[in-house]
Amino acid sequence: MVNLGIGSLWLVALTSAFMGAVITIQSAYNLVNPMVPLWAVGIVARDSIIIEFSPTIIMLVLAGKVGSNIASEIGTMRVTEQIDALEIMGINSSGYLVLPKIIAAIIICPVVVIVSMIIGITGGWIAGDLSGVVPSADYLKGLQNQFLPFNVTFAMIKTVVFAFIITSVPAYHGYYTNGGALEVGQSSTKGVVNSSILILIFDYILTQLILA
Amino acid sequence: MIEVDNISKQFGDKKVLEDVSCVFEQGKINLIIGGSGQGKTVLMKCVVGLFEVDKGRVLYDGRNFSEMSFGERKPIRQEIGMLFQGGALFDSLTVEQNVTFPLSMFTNMSVAEKRDRANFCLQRVNLENVNKLLPSAISGGMKKRVAIARAIAMNPKYLFCDEPNSGLDPKTSILIDELIKEITEEYNITTIINTHDMNTVMSIGEKIIFIYKGKKYWEGSNNDIMQSQNKELNDFVFASRWMKAVKQHF
Repeated sequence: MVNLGIGSLWLVALTSAFMGAVITIQSAYNLVNPMVPLWAVGIVARDSIIIEFSPTIIMLVLAGKVGSNIASEIGTMRVTEQIDALEIMGINSSGYLVLPKIIAAIIICPVVVIVSMIIGITGGWIAGDLSGVVPSADYLKGLQNQFLPFNVTFAMIKTVVFAFIITSVPAYHGYYTNGGALEVGQSSTKGVVNSSILILIFDYILTQLILA
Repeated sequence: MIEVDNISKQFGDKKVLEDVSCVFEQGKINLIIGGSGQGKTVLMKCVVGLFEVDKGRVLYDGRNFSEMSFGERKPIRQEIGMLFQGGALFDSLTVEQNVTFPLSMFTNMSVAEKRDRANFCLQRVNLENVNKLLPSAISGGMKKRVAIARAIAMNPKYLFCDEPNSGLDPKTSILIDELIKEITEEYNITTIINTHDMNTVMSIGEKIIFIYKGKKYWEGSNNDIMQSQNKELNDFVFASRWMKAVKQHF
């Protein structure tokens, strides 16, 4: 859990803060209609971050960091016969190596995504206020307006599914690595690419199933 | 004792092992020798169950290992120790954790008991003050010795060694050979070594199986090799000028 979640916090914090800032400024830039109040920027930023940016973009970022780590770690264990050593001892190597990673990710990723939501929304607030585009009072009013708690539940459902994808897909590619260092690198790349594609596909499927 | 009864293995269209039968005797050093790509590693992996045989069976003291499920094989696997070519130590664990790993997985030993057992096994392979080091911080020869310590931690009945001398200097190679021989005799283990190191063959090969093109071509002891008229065996064993000179002198 430390490797998968805590070790990624700095990256998540950095990404989320800038993501929140950009969403806020861009929303304010696009909301030029005088009929739309300025505090709507707070609603747009909050919902964009909670529904889409934190669960999807952050999990895509983690797919790169955590996915490559898992695929290369397990792939190296395969080519250096460490997995064979486990099998010889009578240990179910896939269960021993992969299952704890999946469970850890399913537990820690929702926490990381919630942290990302908080930092993203805070980042938007700070950026809006510092740039003078959205005053604090308007942004905070928007944040508190028309809040749907189900959006957080939806984000958590997506996060859990994505957590499963970013651990199981790279683990699969790592586990079935054949050869040497070159193939470990290829497995790592395949793990990241395939898990990223699956995240995007499942993002669409879950949105269609739950929100449509 | 391990009996290999008429086993065959092929990958795709390529037959790698064809009707190989042999017996690996208890308390002896059993060697599988042969050139690269002749099938000796596949034979060893079939015997330990890393590859499933297409035909035939492997018997561990009369127990038909080939027909067992993963769960049924567990008790036998816990009687097996294996030394891999590169050591196959777990990178993220210290030397001591590597040695105690099978004890943690399969016994109810206390932490102190496991540490004592690890120290005993490490001393048995002439290693001291390395308990807290990671595998990346020790030499190749030390890694092999740690791997032997891990392999004997559970008091195995069967010890498999895949090219134990590869990548080692001649002096360390001899040390490893002597260590394996001592452990085999001390614990009356069935030891099977996969090698193409002629020093090992001539010094500790009590029973030797020669694999050529996936078939068993010859069987005998290190003394028998000197008198053998088997052309393929002689081409392999006496390939070097030094070994030819030894044979002429013999």
